[in-house]
Formats: sequence, C-alpha cells, structure tokens
Amino acid sequence: MYKQTIASLSDGLHQGTFSSVELTRQCLERINRYNAQLNCFITVTEELALADAREADRRLQSGEAAPMTGIPIAHKDIFCTDGVKTSCASRMLDNFIAPYDATVVASFKNAGAVMLGKTNMDEFAMGSSNETSFYGAVGNPWDSTKVPGGSSGGSAAAVAARLALGATGTDTGGSIRQPAALCGLTGLKPTYGRVSRYGMIAFASSLDQGGPLTYTAEDAALMLNVMAGFDEKDSTSIDQAVPDYCAGLNQCIDGLKIGVPKEFFGEGLDSVVGDRVEQAIQQFEKMGATIVEVSLPNSMLSVPAYYVVAPAECSSNLSRFDGVRYGYRCEEPVDLMDLYKRSRGEGFGAEVKRRIMIGTYALSAGYYDAYYLKAQKLRQLISDDFRRAFAGVDVIIGPTTPTTAFPVGDKLDDPIQMYLSDIYTIAANLAGLPAISIPCGFSDGLPVGMQIIGAYFKEEQLLNIAHQYQQETDWHKQMPEGFS
Amino acid sequence: MNWETVIGLEIHAQLATKSKIFSSASTTYGADPNTQACVVDLGMPGVLPVLNSEVVRMAVKFGLAINAEITMRSVFARKNYFYPDLPKGYQISQLDLPIVGQGRLEIHPEDGESRTIGVTRAHLEEDAGKSLHEDFQGCTGVDLNRAGTPLLEIVSEPELRSAKEAVAYMKKIHALVRYLEISDGNMQEGSFRCDANVSVRSLGETTLGTRTEIKNLNSFRFVERAINIEVERQIELLENGGSVTQETRLYDSVKDETRPMRSKEEAFDYRYFPDPDLLPVTLDDDYIEQVRRTLPELPDDKRKRFISQFGLTPYEADVLTASHELANYFECVQKISGGETKLTASWVMGDLMGALNKAGLEITASSVTAEMLGDMIKRISDDTISGKLAKQVFNAMWQGEGDADAIIEKKGLRQVTDSGAIEQIIDDILVGNPQQLEQYRAGKEKLFGFFVGQVMKATQGKANPAQVNIILKKKLTDF
Repeated sequence: MYKQTIASLSDGLHQGTFSSVELTRQCLERINRYNAQLNCFITVTEELALADAREADRRLQSGEAAPMTGIPIAHKDIFCTDGVKTSCASRMLDNFIAPYDATVVASFKNAGAVMLGKTNMDEFAMGSSNETSFYGAVGNPWDSTKVPGGSSGGSAAAVAARLALGATGTDTGGSIRQPAALCGLTGLKPTYGRVSRYGMIAFASSLDQGGPLTYTAEDAALMLNVMAGFDEKDSTSIDQAVPDYCAGLNQCIDGLKIGVPKEFFGEGLDSVVGDRVEQAIQQFEKMGATIVEVSLPNSMLSVPAYYVVAPAECSSNLSRFDGVRYGYRCEEPVDLMDLYKRSRGEGFGAEVKRRIMIGTYALSAGYYDAYYLKAQKLRQLISDDFRRAFAGVDVIIGPTTPTTAFPVGDKLDDPIQMYLSDIYTIAANLAGLPAISIPCGFSDGLPVGMQIIGAYFKEEQLLNIAHQYQQETDWHKQMPEGFS
Repeated sequence: MNWETVIGLEIHAQLATKSKIFSSASTTYGADPNTQACVVDLGMPGVLPVLNSEVVRMAVKFGLAINAEITMRSVFARKNYFYPDLPKGYQISQLDLPIVGQGRLEIHPEDGESRTIGVTRAHLEEDAGKSLHEDFQGCTGVDLNRAGTPLLEIVSEPELRSAKEAVAYMKKIHALVRYLEISDGNMQEGSFRCDANVSVRSLGETTLGTRTEIKNLNSFRFVERAINIEVERQIELLENGGSVTQETRLYDSVKDETRPMRSKEEAFDYRYFPDPDLLPVTLDDDYIEQVRRTLPELPDDKRKRFISQFGLTPYEADVLTASHELANYFECVQKISGGETKLTASWVMGDLMGALNKAGLEITASSVTAEMLGDMIKRISDDTISGKLAKQVFNAMWQGEGDADAIIEKKGLRQVTDSGAIEQIIDDILVGNPQQLEQYRAGKEKLFGFFVGQVMKATQGKANPAQVNIILKKKLTDF
C-alpha cells in the first residue's frame, strides 16, 4: 500500500478495501524499520496515530469522511501540536510541549488525517541540508551519504522513503522546494498568505509559508485543499476564495506560455541538472506549450537581499526564546544577564546564532538604511521583474537547485556555498509568489527537480501543469532502492 | 542668570477596551497573576498578533479631539529589547507612521495664561507585563496579565515652560481621554502615567539644553515635584560650571529626589523595524467621519458654553468641566433645580466638592445624587428652606438619611412663611426687649440685627429671612 499515492489510497479507504488502522500500522512499521537509518522523525506519535486512524475508520464507515480522512501524514516539527513536543529541531525547545494546535495541524485533524509524528528539520528552519538540527542530520533515501536538503529535510526523506504518504513543510527561501528536488518529490510553496502561519514557529515572518511535500501533484492538490484558506488568527493570511485544487487538475496545457529566465541557466548550474530541465521544457513544448525566453535581471540579487531580510526578522522572532517562560534554561543562572546569555548561548546552534547576529547587525542604529531598507528595495525590484515577466507568460520554469543532493558535511563550513544552493528558489519567497518543484530526471542516480513559478494565487494552474507533466513522465514514480 | 525651563511630556493612556490590543484575553484589572494571559500574550512559539479594531477607533477619536492629522496608513513596528516581563523580546509599537500626527491642545494653568501646546504625535502600542521584586525570596516574579494591554502614547512638543504648565497639560489630557471614554484614567492602577523630558536654558536662548527623561510618573503631584526638583538640580549643576548628562532618571517620591537610571551611552538600540506579522492600518474618509460623529462635546467647547449659557466665571467653568462626570452632574442639578445656575454652581463647588474631597471620593461615587441636590436647591428657591438650613439638609443627605423633602419633614426644617405667625413672634420679642427697642428708636440702628437674631433663635432658624426683614422693619417703625 505504501507505494501508492494519497489519491489512490483515499479511494481504497472510501471503498473499504482496507482500513486506516491497517494503512497507519504499515507506515508505523516502516518508520520503526527505517527511521534509525534516516533520522527523519524527531517524534513518532504511534498511539495518537492509531487513535486518529480508529476515529478515521469510524468516519469512513459512517460516511462523514473527507478525501484526506484516514491518510497518515507527518508534520514538520515547526508546526505546534497540542500536547505533543514541538522542538523546531532545537535544543532550545527540546522540552517544549505546545499548548495549542497550529491552524494547519487543526485543519488536518478536522479533515480526519492521521498524524504519524513530527519530522526533523534544520534548526528553526535555518539551513539547506538538515545538518543544523539538534537531533542530527537526516539521510537522503536515494543515497545516505548525501543530504536530503533543507530545511524540510525530515519531511522530504520521510515521504521519499515512503514512511509517510505526505508531509507538511515550510518554505522561507526554498525549504520545501529544495528538499523536494533533492529527494525526488513534488513540493509546493503557495502564495504568501494562502496558508495560515498561525502556530508555525516563525523564522522570517514576511517569507515563511507552509505547504505540502508529496509523491505527485495530485496528492499536493489534496493536501493543499486542506491547508489553504483565510485564518482570522493570521493578519497576513488573505481572505480569498479557495478553489478545489483537485478539480482543476485536468486542464489541457495547449497554448500555455512558459517563460524561461536566462539568468537561471548561467554560471553555477550543474550541466546535467541544466540538461534535465531543458528536456522537461522540450516535453512541455511537445505537449503544446510555447516557450519564451524572459529576463529576471534582479533575481541574482535575491540571495544577498534574502540574507538581510530573513536574519533581520529572525533576530527579532527568536528573541522570545529567553529561558524565562518555556524552553531551555541554563543551569544555576547567577543573574538575569547570565540567564539570557547562557540560555540562548547554549540553547541555539551555530547557524541560528550566526543569523541572529547578522540580523541584529542589519537592524542596528546607523546600519538600518544601508542593509534592511536597501534589501527591501531590492525585494521590490525582484517583484517588479516578475510582474513584467508575467505580463507576457503564464508561468516561469527553471531548475529548482543548481546541483543534485550534495554530500553530508560538504558545505557545512562554508555558509555562502550553502546559501547559494537556494539561489533559484529565494526569489519566489521575496516576491511572495507560488512555486512548485517536481522531479524531472536523474543525474548519477540522484533526482533532479524543476521549478515552476506562477503568478499570485495561481496554485491551481501550477498543480495542473505539474499533473499534466506527470501524466506524460514517470520520474515521480521512481523509488529509492532499499526502501521498496 | 535667568533660566527658562523646557518640558515635553510622553503620556501613556491605557485604552479602555475589553480585550487586549493583539489578543482576545481580558484587560480587567486586578485578576490573579497570569490568569489573563493567553498564548499570544505569553509569547508562545508560533502565535501571531491580530489588531483589535476598537483601539484604532479610540486613537482616531483622540486625534480628532485634538485637531490632529490622522495617518491614513499607519504602521506597527517592533521595538526590540530583552526583559522578563516583555514576553516576545519586543514590544509592538509605532515609530515612523503613528496613527495620530501633529495636533494641539489649549491649557488653562491655575495661575497663568491660557496657552496652546503642540502635540507631536500619538501612537498605539502594547503594554508589558509586571516584574514583581518582593515576596519571591530574592527572585523576581513575572505577571503577564498586563502584557498586551493597549496604550496610546501621547507625545507633546517641548513647549511646556513650568511644572505647573506640565500638570495643567497632563490634567487636560486626562480630562480629555475620560470625556472621550477611551481611558478610565485611573492613575493608581497605572492606566494613566507619564515620562517627563526636562531641560533648562538661559532665558532668550533658542536652542534646547541637554535633557533628562524622568520615567513613570503616576500622579499629578509627582509630576510637579519631580520636574521642580530636576529643574533645580540642572540649574545648580550649570551655575556651578557643570553640565547636564543626557540620561534617564527615576523619581523617588519617598526621598523626594531624582536619580539616574541609565545614561545615553547605555541606552538601548531598539532596532525598530516594521512588524511583518501585521499589515499597515489603512483608513478612509468615511471611517474618519463615522468616528467624528461619535465625538462628545469636548471640554473646551463645554467650558465656553458654561460661560455663555450659564453665565459662569471662567474659573467656575474650569472647575465644573474638569471631568465630564462633574460637568454632567452640574448640568443635571442645574436642570432639576429649575435653572438655579449660580446656586447650583455654588453648592456643587462648595459643599458637595468639599464633602467629596474630604471623603476622597469621585463625583460618580457621591451619596448625594444630582437628583437629590437639584431637589434640595428647588426647596431653597421656593422658600421651603433657607440657605442656612439647607446645609443641615445637605449633611443629612450626605449621611444617607434620605432625600431633601423627607429630611425637611422629619427634622421639621420647613421655613416659616406664614406672615401672621412671624408677626406674632416679632411682637413677643419687641415686648420682651424694651431696652433694646428704646435704644433702636434712639438711633442705634445696628440693633436691627439683634432683633433678626432673636427671631431666628425663637424659630430655630426656620423663619424666612426676607419676610422677617420686611415685617421687622415695619414693626420697628410702627411700634
């Protein structure tokens, strides 16, 4: 059963071919078997999962079931889960049991989905390799010597190894799309404001957005149907009607105008990755799409702009972790300053501290205009680039990442190289645009991802284009050896 | 050298909303520690602020009342600093685009000329919790009930020139927020407090001297004391060849001194930036007009009306419009009394306010209601009781013995207005005091008062004084 998509398993559950308890048990067994090797779960909520599954079976039998009812999924450990440890993969929150559910978590509960547990991630979502986690690195199911990407690396590995049928992730600069690409999955970052951020522990508030990691675009549509929507608890969520993303999946893409930004195929792009994406673009052409070269002249400034805005916001967002009310507190503090310094010094890892320091500096008196304000101006220029491009094309396609999964430890000591692995994904966050990564081939046995960026609130279109591509190709159907 | 004092005030008025500025927790004062702090107020991971629209309405109301520019697109910013009673490690406030821009206010200092004072801005922000340093055996307790309570910070231009003016300004703002019903102004509970920026310069100088900021003054008396002491300290420093250090100071009311808290060098870098969790607050003209229509009569307008409509003196009008509760009380008494304006003003400002002050009560807690006082004044004007006996009636009402008519009946205080009865009493007195009568007739007219006194004594003060005068005069001439 674990080899099937959510869409087909949902049919099986509704037809009574098997129960949610059976399906959940199978996932739990796989977690027991493979988690030690992959380290993709921080917490496995076995008993809760089985209780959820029994309740789902009751709903399925009584005809009150929704499409996601009974489907076992995992939540990135950045989403608060009432009564369950929510660590953000940090020592700071190793002892933190959230007293409430994030809106996304509550939505899946209401839909009857089964929560298997909480997945590993880069600490506070800061990283592109899942190596900054307090709970240790996560293995890429395609090659355990390689990283799964990050920050939603645990969610990506868990789904790629078929330990969970789908997982939630969050994407601040590529944290859903990059691991999806490196693990051969479909990963969608919706438009900023489409999915509620309430209960999603903030990294950079103006960039963070939750979304699904799944095998297929159809499964992503099923999950987005649950996640999307206005939330009065999140002032930045947008009150706009949510379409049925599954209903929009069978639109013909004949006549679709695809923009290909020349800046995304320049220096730094691995040639095989470039070839695979070119081949995918040719595939779209065969399917009736028109290919147009576009230019996003400021997109290459997105990494420097991002590494001012995101750290600035994080330096403030992470101030609440002070050892006073919850979370890690140092032993025997001698006074208040000692409590702050040691609790934060010992509770946060190196990358988190680096970003807090960068952000604190960027917001300091005398530097604010030169860094924060300037970065905001760049952000506007990047948005303007996209606005101009979307005047002539429907979507923009390019590589998700410059390379396939890189070796564990490879970039850990070189933050700039690590930051550059998000060079193609960050622009969509800065502009708030929706973007999806889908598998489009392999290089040396490792998956290659292609990114499709859409205009605001065009998730339906992105999912349809991805689904149409997946009807013609089978990259998304490949499974890593050793987990089948 | 002659010195000029320059003062600017930053007043924090707690807005009287039911729930907090960014969460749905209650703002009620006095609950058990940490029972009115929800996950948002506690700064739990993942929570987000949602603006309470009521605070926007209240701030706009205030802005309109001081003729200020209302910012059509105002922005919340984060003020970052660490303190245990600041749960998020930042306070949500407004910096560059406050909701209320430049406005102005007229003040009427007790012994000075009326002046117009500029208000630089007023912005919305959340209050912090409270750190409790006692009762925790050397540790500090944190109560987050107050965290997230809405505040309007009202910043004046440095245009106040004395402690008395500063107090007059603060009292004016205090009255205004209560008139507008946007704050209860309760200073004991910390709902209304201020920071004073104080500097001195030689008279005629146009640039400002180095200022100090005195934090957290929570009574009018402390504001006046603290400023006067600080001004003296600064002048003494400068006259002795020293200089003022820019710093934050605390006023110690027990020792009656100000002392340094932190200097400019130690000042925090708050690293303000726009809060990405909140959208800018955008207003339109319709909204502003809608709020404008809810404005009550403002203190200055009421003061002018009291002078023109009731013929009160500016001083009486000042006193009676100091709070809208007092002004309402006055108008209510005046109406019930049948338009006895002068008598009403004199009773309200005299016996009533005297009794309230003595008991330390607000007008709203008066045991003599406006209806009771109005009815009593009616009994003075219709000659049922004399003004002198009315004091007895008032005291009895204050003690809770009932309304004026009941007390007059019970105590038999009804004025004797039966001229036949008064004539009889006067006749008896004239007969009983032949010596004085002779002296009066011989030209010692001062004795008239003696006879009046005897009549009053004989009637226990109940004889109508005017009637007594007329009849007595007649009898003395005719007898």
